[in-house]
Amino acid sequence: MDALLFWILAAVTVASAVLVIGQRNPMRSVLLLIVMFMALAGLYVTLGSPFAAVVQIIIYAGAIMVLFLFVVMLLNVPTEETPIGRQARLLGGVGPRRFGALLSAALALELFWALGRLGAVAMPAGDTPETTVKAIGLRLFRDYAFAFEATSVLILVAMVGAVILARKEPQP
Amino acid sequence: MLPEPTLNSYLMLSAVLFAIGTAGVFLRRNIITILLSVEVMLNAVNLTFIAVDRFRGLVDGQIMVFFVITVAAAEAAVGLAIVIALFRHKETLTPDVFTSLKW
Repeated sequence: MDALLFWILAAVTVASAVLVIGQRNPMRSVLLLIVMFMALAGLYVTLGSPFAAVVQIIIYAGAIMVLFLFVVMLLNVPTEETPIGRQARLLGGVGPRRFGALLSAALALELFWALGRLGAVAMPAGDTPETTVKAIGLRLFRDYAFAFEATSVLILVAMVGAVILARKEPQP
Repeated sequence: MLPEPTLNSYLMLSAVLFAIGTAGVFLRRNIITILLSVEVMLNAVNLTFIAVDRFRGLVDGQIMVFFVITVAAAEAAVGLAIVIALFRHKETLTPDVFTSLKW
C-alpha cells in the first residue's frame, strides 16, 4: 500500500515538475507547481512528517503561490515572448540553452552515479512513527531559538525590501 | 508488485526534481518561470531533508524544511518585487533584455 502510494506520488511529482518547466504560459506553470506541492505533501505524510506536509500546503501552496499568481495576473504577460532584435538573439541563442540543458543532464547523471554507489539502504522497518508537533516545537524553540529569531529579522528585511523595490518612483 | 521504496528511491526522486529545476532555469526565457524553477529545486532539497529525517528518526530535518520554506517566502517576495520593477522599466520579462549591469 505504502509502496503503491510512493510510486503514484513520485510519478505525479516528476510529471508536474516537467510540465512546470515545459509551459510557455506562466499561469499554467504556477497552477502545475501547486499540483507538485500537493504530491510532495503526500510524500511527506507517508514519511511520517504531517507537520511539514501541512506547512507545505498552507505556506507554499497557499501563500507563496498566491503571491506568484498575483504578479502573473498583475503584469499580464500571458506567454513567453520570442526573442526580438539582434542583441537578444546573440545572448539567448540556441547555443547557451543547449549547453545549459547538457549541464543539467550531466548534473542528473552525476547525482545518479553518486547515489548508485551508495547501495540500497532500506528505510527502518515497522510502522512509520509520526513526529509530533510537540517534539518539533521543543527542538525549534530550545536548540534552534537563535535561528528562529534570525528568521523573523530576515522576513522583516524581505518585507521592507519588497516594498521599496516595487514602489513607484516619485515623479520629480 | 511494486518494490518497497528505500532511502535511495527518495534521494533519486529528489535528484530528478533538482535536475528538472536546473533545466528550467537554463531553458526558460521568462523570469517568473525561472523563479518557479528555483522553487522546484528548493522542494527537491526539502524532500531529501524529510527522507533522511525518517531514516535517522530525527526531527531536525523538518525544522530545516521550516526554515527553507521561510527563506523561500522571503526570496519570492523580493524576487517578485524585482520582477515588477524590471517590468516597469523594460515592459518585458525576457531575461536577455536586462543588460543594464553589463559592462
